[in-house]
This record gives sequence, C-alpha cells and structure tokens, in this order.
Amino acid sequence: MYAQEVKSTGKGVKSLEEMEPQERAFQEKIDADIKIEPKEWMPEGYRKTLIRQISQHAHSEIVGQLPEGNWITRAPTLERKAILLAKVQDEAGHGLYLYCAAETLGISRDQMTEQLLSGKAKYSSIFNYPTLTWADIGAIGWLVDGAAIMNQVPLQRCSYGPYSRAMVRICKEESFHQRQGYDIMMKLVKGTTEQKEMAQDALNRWWQPSLMMFGPSDKDSVHSAQSMAWGIKQNTNDELRQKFVDQTVPQAEYLGLTVPDPDLRWNEEKGGYDFGEVDWSEFYEVLKGNGPCNAERMAARQKAWNDGAWFREGLMAHAKKREARKVAAE
Amino acid sequence: MSVDVKTDNALFELTLRMGDNALILGQQVSAWCGHAPVLEEDIALANTALDLIGQTTLWLGLAGEIEGKGRRADDLAFLRDTRAFRNALIVEQPNGNFGQTLMRQFLFDAWHLPMLTALKSSADKRVADIAEKSAKEAAYHLERSEDLIIRLGDGSDESRRRMQYALDGLWPFAGELTLADEIDAALATRGLAPALADIQTQHVERIRAVLKAATLKPPEGAPIRKGGKAGMHSEHLGFILADMQWLQRAYPGATW
Ligand SMILES: [Fe+2]
Ligand SMILES: [Fe+2]
Repeated sequence: MYAQEVKSTGKGVKSLEEMEPQERAFQEKIDADIKIEPKEWMPEGYRKTLIRQISQHAHSEIVGQLPEGNWITRAPTLERKAILLAKVQDEAGHGLYLYCAAETLGISRDQMTEQLLSGKAKYSSIFNYPTLTWADIGAIGWLVDGAAIMNQVPLQRCSYGPYSRAMVRICKEESFHQRQGYDIMMKLVKGTTEQKEMAQDALNRWWQPSLMMFGPSDKDSVHSAQSMAWGIKQNTNDELRQKFVDQTVPQAEYLGLTVPDPDLRWNEEKGGYDFGEVDWSEFYEVLKGNGPCNAERMAARQKAWNDGAWFREGLMAHAKKREARKVAAE
Repeated sequence: MSVDVKTDNALFELTLRMGDNALILGQQVSAWCGHAPVLEEDIALANTALDLIGQTTLWLGLAGEIEGKGRRADDLAFLRDTRAFRNALIVEQPNGNFGQTLMRQFLFDAWHLPMLTALKSSADKRVADIAEKSAKEAAYHLERSEDLIIRLGDGSDESRRRMQYALDGLWPFAGELTLADEIDAALATRGLAPALADIQTQHVERIRAVLKAATLKPPEGAPIRKGGKAGMHSEHLGFILADMQWLQRAYPGATW
C-alpha cells in the first residue's frame, strides 16, 4: 500500500531442491521465522526488492507530509493544530526510520532522495490527491492511516530484521493517527449541516483512492509470489483490501456517512462485503504521474531540496573547517 | 457583555504578549513542515512549532482567565483582529529562506530564554508555572538555533553571505523584545515580570557571543523597529491571521 507495485525479480519462485546450499540455508531461516540481519548473506533479488519496497515506503512518508502539512496553518483550533503538527512530525520520523532501515541494505539516503526527485522511485498514489477542506484531514487519518495499518501490521513479522523492527514502532503511531482522524470526522458529523456535508464529501473523494492503496488486483499483481516466499509480504493485495472494507464500512455507518459505492453489500456467505471494482485506469494514470497533484508534490520536494542545497553545503563546510582546526591544534 | 469585571490590565497584557509571540512564531515555523532542507530539520521545526503552540495554549488560556470575560485561548487566537494582537514585530516577519527563519528564531530564542527564566519568579504563581514549563523548551530551542547560526555563519562563503543578509534584515526588530513601555514598568514594579533592562543585557550579550563565533557582524546604527507590543503591526500580520483564522471565521460558532 505505501509500496504498491514493488517489482520483484520477475523469475518464478525456486523450490528448496533447486537452490544452492547458501540460498537454501537462507530460505530455511525464513521458513523457520528467523529474522535476516544486515550483515548476513542474502540473495541479490531479496536485497534489491527490499530496497525498492522500503524506499517506496519511506518516500511515501516524506511526500505524505505535504497534503496534510497543507492544513497545519489553517487548523481550526490550537489543539487541532498541535495534533496535526505532531502527526506530520511522526510521518517525517517514519521516513527517517525507514531510510535508516534501507541504508542497512547498502544504499544511501542521498541516493534514495535522488531517485525520488528524478521520478525513478515511486511513492504511494494516495498522496497525489488534494486536501481541499478540513474534513480531508479527518478522512486521511481515518482512511489512509487506517489502510496503512492494515498493510503494516503484518509487516511487523517481515523476514528482514530492521524493517520488521521499524514497523513495530511505526504501527503504534499509525493507530494513534487513525483514532485522531476518526475523531475529526466524529466532530464534523455532530456539527452543523455544512460540516456534515464536508465530511461526506471527503469520504466520497478519498474512498476509491484509499482502496487503491493496496495495489492492483491479485490477478494483475505479478510480483507477489516471490515476495511472499521471502517473507516480505504476508497477504495478497485483495485480501488486505477486503479486510479494510470490512473494517471501515461499519465505521462509516457509525458516523452516519454513506460509502460511495452502489455495489457495496454484505455477503453473508463469505462473511464480508462485496464491493465495486476499483477504477484501475485512474490508478495507473496516477502511478504514471498524471494524478491531480503529482506535479505539485514533486515540485515541492524538488524545491525543498534545491533551496536547501546552500544549507547542507554550509554545514559540511563548517564540519571541514572544524576538522582542519582540530588537526592544526594537534 | 458584563462591564463589572475588573481586569488586571497589565497582567492581561503580559500574558497576551507572551502568548501572541509564541502563537505567531509557532504558526510561521509550522509552515515549514515538509519543506525544510533536510528531514531532520522538518522534524526539528515541527517540534519547535509544537512547543510554541503548546505554550500559546497556556498563555492565552491564562489571559482569558485574567480578562474574566469568558474568552478561551481559542477565542483569543482565532477571533481577534490585528490591532488586538500584542506580539513583537520580529515574529511576524516572513519566513523568507531557511536562513532567515533560523536567524529570526535565534534572535527570538536569545530573548525568550532569559525572559522565561526571570518569569519563573513572577509574583503571580500562574505566570511562574507556565514560565517554568516553557523555559525548558526555550533552552532547547536556543541551543539548537545558536548552534546552527554558528555553523552556517562560519560555514561556506554562500552560507555566511546568506546568514549575514538575514541578520541585516532582522536585527532592527530584535530590540523591541526588550524595550520597556509603561506596562512593562508597572509589571516590574509589582514583581510580576522582570525589569526588561536586565533581560536586554542578557539578550545582547548572548547574541554578541554567538555572532562572534559565527563570524557575523550586527549592522551598526540601525534604529529599532517597534510597535507590535502595542498593537501597531506590519502588513504581514493580517495575512498570517487570514490564513490561521479562516475556518473559524468562515463557519462562525462551529466546533471542530
Ligand atoms: Fe506514517
Ligand atoms: Fe500516519
């Protein structure tokens, strides 16, 4: 979901018998639920896939600051402002843990940043939608952080130690964000007619993009099998999407809001909701860079990076001077 | 509106000045979220803004209590117009580039810490309590901002040039923070707040020492630009409030 379309090796999954002893030992560890740590041997494909997945996740946290940050200066009360600031700060912190986790796999944060800014690396499609009203801040916390949790809870059991540990810390904060988002929605639906309309409008706009966070349908998702064998993905996209719908629909009902899907209905037999097909053409357009805010998000990140060049260089120059003085004094 | 409430006007002004400084600076700093030059700065600035908004809630909450007309912190923050704001002009100066934001923060922090430290001995226990809590945060802010001023001043040619430019522009606004008016004099006499002349000495000494280490020079003979403490603001404040107060103004009486 924060990593929606992580390209894997493209090869089929090998059986234990087909593997060389080193790889076989690696796979047996994973099968026995033993974590893989940075210094240990790992197949090149595993390392590369993880770098893609973790860096996509990290970039999503970083770009994800923007749509919500958009409302910090306009938050309606001091308390809401403080909560939103703390939330956006948490997301930046998530980005930081995740970049650190990816760095253990032999890529630097600057390299990852370069990949993001050049458009080579992806981030979650969800952050390419605009936050138009205050209700969007509620909807994001409730739905987007809700979907994030759905995906990240199983990742706490991921086979790669640093990623799994980062997820444990992150998940705690994400549940907090989701409760706060739901609380904003609750206030709105109990408020004036205009506030209630604002809440419904936000749900209307964020529902489909939230479902897209889980990535393409299983029948079109070509990278899952190997990632599952490697223990870096535990559930299929459709399984998680179903879980999310089942959890979220009753929450919407409790708010007195209508989920914008005419095909949504309870299916007694499967014990879950049936729901309409996601508009995948929109999803692929957004991934290609043609969503409503792709250009703005990239421009904002590029501007932050370019405008900050003198700052980073200034600090490096100072560190060099200090080092030179130390040497001279010795 | 009841008129028989006797507001301690000087004390009310003190809490508004402290609260509005924190609010307007916090509001401005918060706009950096997601746009800072490195991730660590995004986090640090959000943290500073968060502290300042927290302090605002305390100061304006107390201001409302002292005023005694039933206004809460949010009413004071979101429903006053520019002329009723009591922040010094420095905090409403635009964010500019990151160097200007840091310089504004440093000049403010170097005042904020000695001011809050002195307010810990205020004759009003409520003021002293807020100062006690806020001084710890201000100490951390100052530690951070002065470290960055030194590193960037004594950094590359480019970073020194930018920091000197920021200093030249902001220096005239620093003096207002410690320029005493009648209200300050009355507060000092009653032991509610320190004599600002003492704070000024500390403010200036700290700034001089840091600028020296940063190889930066304060401009000479620049007159002090003042007015905010008395409600005479720059044109910037109106825009800051338009942004900050918009929802409360657009949906009167709604709760969020
Ligand atoms: Fe996050
Ligand atoms: Fe979150």
